[in-house]
Amino acid sequence: MTAPVLADLEVGQEVARRTVAVDRARLVRYAGASGDFNPIHWNERVATSVGLPGVIAHGMWTMGAAVAVVVDWAGDPGAVVDYQTRFTRPVPVPDPGEAHVDVVATVGALDLEAGTARVDLTVTVEGARVLGKAQAVVRLG
Amino acid sequence: MQVDTSFAGRAYPPGDVYVVAREKLREFAEATGATHPAHTDVAAARALGHPDVVAPPTFAVVVAQRTEAQYVDDPAAGVDFSRVVHADERFTHHRPIHAGDRLLTTLHVDSVTQRAGLSMVTTRCEIADESGAPVATVVSTLAVRPEDAA
Repeated sequence: MTAPVLADLEVGQEVARRTVAVDRARLVRYAGASGDFNPIHWNERVATSVGLPGVIAHGMWTMGAAVAVVVDWAGDPGAVVDYQTRFTRPVPVPDPGEAHVDVVATVGALDLEAGTARVDLTVTVEGARVLGKAQAVVRLG
Repeated sequence: MQVDTSFAGRAYPPGDVYVVAREKLREFAEATGATHPAHTDVAAARALGHPDVVAPPTFAVVVAQRTEAQYVDDPAAGVDFSRVVHADERFTHHRPIHAGDRLLTTLHVDSVTQRAGLSMVTTRCEIADESGAPVATVVSTLAVRPEDAA
């Protein structure tokens, strides 16, 4: 795949979309990989005891899964120079089964002088936004 | 227990060096569904001009959270993890993180505020290499719910 060229992009343009599935096994895997062993991400009893509907995904898992779409589009993980989000709604992960996280990436702003594009991510589960102001700044040629 | 607002403005010096390992990056990439070959394949990473495999953009959280533990695990800070919700997170990469990097992280407690019982705690991790050159800045805000609203 050829890398995107800054001068060819337009604000509002959709550049990528993907649906990512997440099940309990993936949360356990993320807990191990990240070192975040908070039991609300793998233990139903603990999750419900603190008022959650059940086990929820790590916000950082959702944030990481969403930006993979941007990395693949940009063609280089090193191109993402800034990435931020707010965590607006938890992502309950059923057992058995899986939750589906829909990610749509659009161009939010262009800075030709800096050589960067801001990519805005709309991240939803069953139509409801789970990340707010999810923005990745990508350096492009 | 209340979050202690007097911790605002504190800084913690770097602890042990964090050595970035290829297999750790592979685990993290696989867990988050990051399938770009530059995360796991040295040849693919070098073809893009990197010295070794490249971390996913959110990998710096692994380095940051170890450092943040000095503060959030301190009982005197009053950050009760059973009542914590992650509010926001921001990564600024001054350069990409690669396998083989040896990183030192300085923790700053930028703000601790309380409003209507809800506490907001913002920490900033400045990640640098051993020469002091900046690598990444990680800013994280936690919301701590009041005890009676659990």
